Amino acid sequence: MKLKYFSAPYLVWMVVFIVVPLLMIGFFAFTNEDGQFTMKYISDVGQYANIFVRSIWLSLIATAICLVIAYPVAFILSRMEKHKQGTMLMIVMLPMWMNFLLRTYAWMTLLGNNGIINHLLGMVGLGPFKLINTSGAVVLGMVYNYLPFMILPLYSVMEKIDNSMFEAAEDLGCSYFQTLFRVIVPLSVPGITSGITMVFVPAISTFIISRMLGGGSNLLIGDLIEMQFLGNAYNPHLGAAISLVLMVIILVIMTVMNQFDPDDQVLM
Amino acid sequence: MKKLGKIYLGLVLFFLYIPIFVLIVFSFNETKSRSVFSGFTFDWYIRLFNNRIIISSLINTIIIACLSSVLSTVLGTFAAIGINSMKKVPKTVVMNVTNMPIINPEIVTGVSLMLLFVFFAARMNLEFGFVTLLIAHITFNVPYVILNVMPKFNQMDPHIYEAAQDLGCSPFQAFRKVVLPEIMPGVISGFLMSFTYSLDDFVISYFTSGSTSQTLPITIYSMTRRKVSPEINALSTLIFITVVIILIVKNIIEKKALKKAGKI
Repeated sequence: MKLKYFSAPYLVWMVVFIVVPLLMIGFFAFTNEDGQFTMKYISDVGQYANIFVRSIWLSLIATAICLVIAYPVAFILSRMEKHKQGTMLMIVMLPMWMNFLLRTYAWMTLLGNNGIINHLLGMVGLGPFKLINTSGAVVLGMVYNYLPFMILPLYSVMEKIDNSMFEAAEDLGCSYFQTLFRVIVPLSVPGITSGITMVFVPAISTFIISRMLGGGSNLLIGDLIEMQFLGNAYNPHLGAAISLVLMVIILVIMTVMNQFDPDDQVLM
Repeated sequence: MKKLGKIYLGLVLFFLYIPIFVLIVFSFNETKSRSVFSGFTFDWYIRLFNNRIIISSLINTIIIACLSSVLSTVLGTFAAIGINSMKKVPKTVVMNVTNMPIINPEIVTGVSLMLLFVFFAARMNLEFGFVTLLIAHITFNVPYVILNVMPKFNQMDPHIYEAAQDLGCSPFQAFRKVVLPEIMPGVISGFLMSFTYSLDDFVISYFTSGSTSQTLPITIYSMTRRKVSPEINALSTLIFITVVIILIVKNIIEKKALKKAGKI
């Protein structure tokens, strides 16, 4: 009995439910309702260039904010006493265990026009401000939902940096900032690249956060795809074409991120 | 510097927890207001337990999570055994395809499966519902099982399987008594990961569930689309408490295991 045949059931499953569906996206993107080859839908994607630009822009901002917030958090965590690190990491990751719909809903109630933030501001005589249904709210939702995805990979690289490394840098005459940019940052590059991919990919393809916090005026690529499959604008061919373009964008970004990674150990 | 670090960490934790905290507080609010706390009540919890749709989708979610995680653990463990003994090129190809559902955005996986199911639905007697949901969940779970089990083979001596057979084990016995205990930690973590992903999944379920078989996240989504309902707050509170209890228990078990290992 050869061991490699053990994988046969999975290989069948893989072909039917991973490979074929992805090929179908390609097929639908390049055909019309009668199954004939057409470039119409791929070129139609161009009409939505503004939505693509907005999605890329908002998710880039969210990724950048996540990196800025998460970097010190991961560093502080990694320098704590060993037995405290586990507990602290658990406390940081705990909100992730709630469904993201509930977390996003929480912000809906906070930011709403009659929400608690406007209420508190009203008590000191400010506002009400239009907080919800803005692109800022969408970015906030992305940052809130995906921040732990940035903290975790950063922490796992920084945890391995020995304290003696900093002492050595100081002994050799590095200032505080020199230590940061010449020792800590270069050593944490693998964490930075995988953190960026882990935040950027879900952020650019989300459709719930934009719908719940962005109102109707902040459509993202995800909303556009969803509308073609389950919405009023039912058109799986256009939806497949948009999905294909989204996959290409992500592929390009991941290839770029790979270039920065010295050890080639991207992803998770 | 240390103090500054603590303040910063405190601020980030405040940002992470304040929305959940507010959600919990307003689950006890007498009125539907989201900003003024007018009085204490358990009404929303009572309504939650009387809400048939929520209860049935909760049961559905648990059934799907149990079935899909067990099936994907079996499928994935056997797959990992097979993949491990493949030659280099087919191994790389299979692993790259296995990574696809993890790397791809969820919405693309969801949409691609939906296209496949629509195709089958038109030609065969397949309806969107429990079966399509289960297939979709197994599909996104199996890669996590494989990725958890594969590294265990790299840590294992490849000759012990043969050695067991030389010593008189049948191939099946050799697998059950020698290989399986070695890879068990990976199998268990793969199973737990599948189970939690399956419980939590919204995007892929949204595209593959149809209207007959709904999971809890889908029900939550349709609740948030409608008017304000503090039942969601009550539900969030219960989920939060469950998560906290599970994590504390997990922590205690792990600490006990560590202590035990230290004593031996």
